[in-house]
Amino acid sequence: MSLDNTNGKLVRMANQIATFFKSQPEAERVPGIATHINKFWEPRMRKAFFELIEQGDAGFDPLVIAASAIIKRPGSPAKPSEASEHIDQTMLEAGFSD
Amino acid sequence: MPLVPEIDFGTPASRSEKMVTLTIDGNEITVPEGTSIMRASMEAGIQVPKLCATDMVDAFGSCRLCLVEIDGRNGTPASCTTPVAPGITVHTQTSRLKDIRKGVMELYISDHPLDCLTCAANGDCELQDMAGAVGLRDVRYGYEGDNHVKARNNGDINAKWMPKDESNPYFTYDPAKCIVCSRCVRACEEVQGTFALTIEGRGFDSRVSPGMHEDFLSSECVSCGACVQACPTATLTEKSVISIGQPEHSVVTTCAYCGVGCSFKAEMRGEELVRMVPWKDGQANRGHSCVKGRFAYGYSTHKERILNPMIREKVSDPWREVSWEEALAHTASEFRRIQYQYGRESIGGITSSRCTNEETYLVQKLIRSGFGNNNVDTCARVCHSPTGYGLGATFGTSAGTQNFDSVEQTDVVIVIGANPTDGHPVFASRLKKRLRQGAKLIVIDPRRTDMVSSPHIKASHHLPLRPGTNVAIVTALAHVIVTEGLFDEKFIRERCDWSEFEDWAGFVAEERHSPEAIETLTGVPAEEVRGAARLFATGGNGAIYYGLGVTEHSQGSTTVIGIANLAMATGNIGRPGVGVNPLRGQNNVQGSCDMGSFPHELPGYRHVSDDATRDIFEKLWGVKISNEPGLRIPNMLDAAVDGSFKGIYIQGEDILQSDPDTKHVSAGLAAMECVVVQDLFLNETANYAHVFLPGSTFLEKDGTFTNAERRINRVRKVMTPRNGYADWEVTQNLANAMGLNWTYTHPSEVMDEIAATTPSFAMVSYEYLEKMGSVQWPCNEKAPLGSPIMHVNGFVRGKGKFIRTEYVATDEKTGPRFPLLLTTGRILSQYNVGAQTRRTDNVVWHEEDRLEIHPHDAELRGVRDGDWVKLQSRAGDTTLRALITDRVAPGVVYTTFHHPTTQANVITTDFSDWATNCPEYKVTAVQISPSNGPSQWQVDYDEQARQSRRIAGKLEAAE
Repeated sequence: MSLDNTNGKLVRMANQIATFFKSQPEAERVPGIATHINKFWEPRMRKAFFELIEQGDAGFDPLVIAASAIIKRPGSPAKPSEASEHIDQTMLEAGFSD
Repeated sequence: MPLVPEIDFGTPASRSEKMVTLTIDGNEITVPEGTSIMRASMEAGIQVPKLCATDMVDAFGSCRLCLVEIDGRNGTPASCTTPVAPGITVHTQTSRLKDIRKGVMELYISDHPLDCLTCAANGDCELQDMAGAVGLRDVRYGYEGDNHVKARNNGDINAKWMPKDESNPYFTYDPAKCIVCSRCVRACEEVQGTFALTIEGRGFDSRVSPGMHEDFLSSECVSCGACVQACPTATLTEKSVISIGQPEHSVVTTCAYCGVGCSFKAEMRGEELVRMVPWKDGQANRGHSCVKGRFAYGYSTHKERILNPMIREKVSDPWREVSWEEALAHTASEFRRIQYQYGRESIGGITSSRCTNEETYLVQKLIRSGFGNNNVDTCARVCHSPTGYGLGATFGTSAGTQNFDSVEQTDVVIVIGANPTDGHPVFASRLKKRLRQGAKLIVIDPRRTDMVSSPHIKASHHLPLRPGTNVAIVTALAHVIVTEGLFDEKFIRERCDWSEFEDWAGFVAEERHSPEAIETLTGVPAEEVRGAARLFATGGNGAIYYGLGVTEHSQGSTTVIGIANLAMATGNIGRPGVGVNPLRGQNNVQGSCDMGSFPHELPGYRHVSDDATRDIFEKLWGVKISNEPGLRIPNMLDAAVDGSFKGIYIQGEDILQSDPDTKHVSAGLAAMECVVVQDLFLNETANYAHVFLPGSTFLEKDGTFTNAERRINRVRKVMTPRNGYADWEVTQNLANAMGLNWTYTHPSEVMDEIAATTPSFAMVSYEYLEKMGSVQWPCNEKAPLGSPIMHVNGFVRGKGKFIRTEYVATDEKTGPRFPLLLTTGRILSQYNVGAQTRRTDNVVWHEEDRLEIHPHDAELRGVRDGDWVKLQSRAGDTTLRALITDRVAPGVVYTTFHHPTTQANVITTDFSDWATNCPEYKVTAVQISPSNGPSQWQVDYDEQARQSRRIAGKLEAAE
């Protein structure tokens, strides 16, 4: 895995996210990763992400690969994954800073 | 416009709730028990003559001027040290008192120079005022004989005379004018907490002395200015007052340095700033200041400030000064060209945490409505973005839970990854005051900071962990609290999700999280961790204050979650004296986050995918807003290197110096076709800019800053922008050049728009702030007075959420090539990238960044104190001079990042927080070796910077 290019970084970032969720209760793991990427990754990052997933040997953590099924493909209708009641959903609530 | 009036009540206010009624000069007055007679008199409108008393410090009773008579009591007690009592009758003016006071003043004046007309304090001298108040007309003792006033007595050297100490760049100490009231000494002790000043000698030999008869600059003095403020004469005087004269009007405004957000009176003469004096009613600072806010404002008139817009074709060309119209039209057409050529998503911008809320709001509005994308980010990316994530996930809101006053009711404080005496000095003074009253302190920091041990302050526990092991330590603290049954079950059952707590408690209770199990990892003795956990859980009100030593790690967000877990487990949320308190770095970094500066959030932390929120802004702005998150700063740079991101508008931010992995940042900037920098100076980022738009200082505009306690403070314009426009006007003009037709005539209209669209700001307006002084958000119908403390009756998200925090070692590991860990930090006198403070006299305290090395590591490598050393990581290398100290542990080195010539960020890597991409500044594996001087990279960088700063038709900048 090369860190010197953007793709290498994407793999690293995705795996870092997976590493956090790996320690969470099992039901939160895959949806947690998907929600996180849906919420914070710009479409061209997700586009590159899917290219890497499809390429097959990019070095993704198995949890990331599992999450890719519910990560939103760029250009598909909006709304981050609603697959879970994951923590990140809190932050979607309007006016949560009140 | 007059000077802002401030009443000096002579002694501090009493906190007693029991009231006492007494009679003073025929006026009946009711005051809290414990109030001094002096203060009670002032509250009744009667000013008892005084010299040694001032309400910033406790009563001292040394000047014998404030005497009063009380019916039925003998003698003439000092009104400053005598508390009120029920039913007493006090007389402040009797013939006996008049005689005594006149006699006292006669003695004072017999040893004081009579140069009032030419004295800098003329018009602001309490000694002069008191001579007038007591009717002093004659000094029977004459001015001959023993004195401190004259250099020579009858031709002989006067050993009692001392020359003026002008060593401090900002104020002078003239012992000849000193009346030894010791107000300065007490201010240094009680307010600042540095104990740099003392009274040396006895009787007539008594003198104020910095340290052991040193000059101010060589002493421990931190130049906070409290002594100068306390001085009733010209003994301690700002050099600016000496050179300009007394101010004629003043305006209350907010400091533009750190996240404490101190209120100051800008004391003016016309449009010339005479001095900045901390405002007693400022609710963040309560009348205190530090060397930056008090004195370091000279950058605003520095000769290197750029006052005209400039453009150039290529970054290798010299700059060409142009009109505002040309610069803005050029920028607008370039941005449109790039979008036409490379797509709508190919440009973006960065909002400034140094600018006002209103300015930040407008920049994100320009990007969202004018650029048509969400490619907006802010410097919080590189500091407190993990705070947003971690506190949002656990509590439901991403801001600190307390006000600064809360520290006055704290019993146990954890300071983790923060160095408040240097980074947040005014808060540190307030914390130290509480610690001197008996509160306990736990410091978790790889370095022995001044908080660990300083005069009259000693941490109960210092956990000097290895950089990068925060999560392990925080989880171990939780392990002890859970396994020893020290958690607050009642609080958790009421406020948090009990099953989530049980899940978490089971996790932290695992043996692998015990202090013993992690000892080899963290290097902290298990007993210290256990002691700290027990103290925090059982010591009363527990508060956690943290800084970038927590967030700037690959597990920054996890540590924030761990901190929130600790606070919830011990029931330390939702009342004064407790809480989780991120110490924010820049003056308005809280505000810039609140204002929708993140690429995934609209103002008020609402995700861009939320249709209802987008709808509010779409209707108001008349545009469609993208529902996809935009690029974060590191992603923008990656995309630039990859060729899909081509233009950027950067307001008040110096990413080339402040962001990690400088070489990557410069490669990203170099790959763009239009880099627009709006700043006061040609900063490092401007080396790669095609358009430079001159910015304005906080003295030159209206607006608001939001500090670390969510306090919205007014910034008030005291002078005309030297560059012609306030920053919000520049953004508006750029927006209009891009065809947006904005018509704001004052920042208050921007705030009205924020209030109309953002529920947590619903009641905020300039009119309301005028009335309230300041408010802490949320400020709306539910909390019309604002919210000093959050989560009072329950968490914002409903139930507080416990989340497991697994320690994961960073990939940045030491090894044979890079055996040491570098961590970075700040120093008191400098601020962030130093663009402002390096252009002030603050450089006398810190003219270069130094590398702190433990004596053991230094000896192994043959490095002596002051030697040049090469500092090398896998990202790059630089050189700086060594400072040998045991403040750092063996294996750890430390430096600051205030100077561009050091370029500490050449060393830091592109590793980042898993959740937010906040860079891992605090851990870099490095090697050091002796060196002869600057590295080739530094030489090349300097040359490139010098070339890129050339302005056509002007002599080369002298830097």
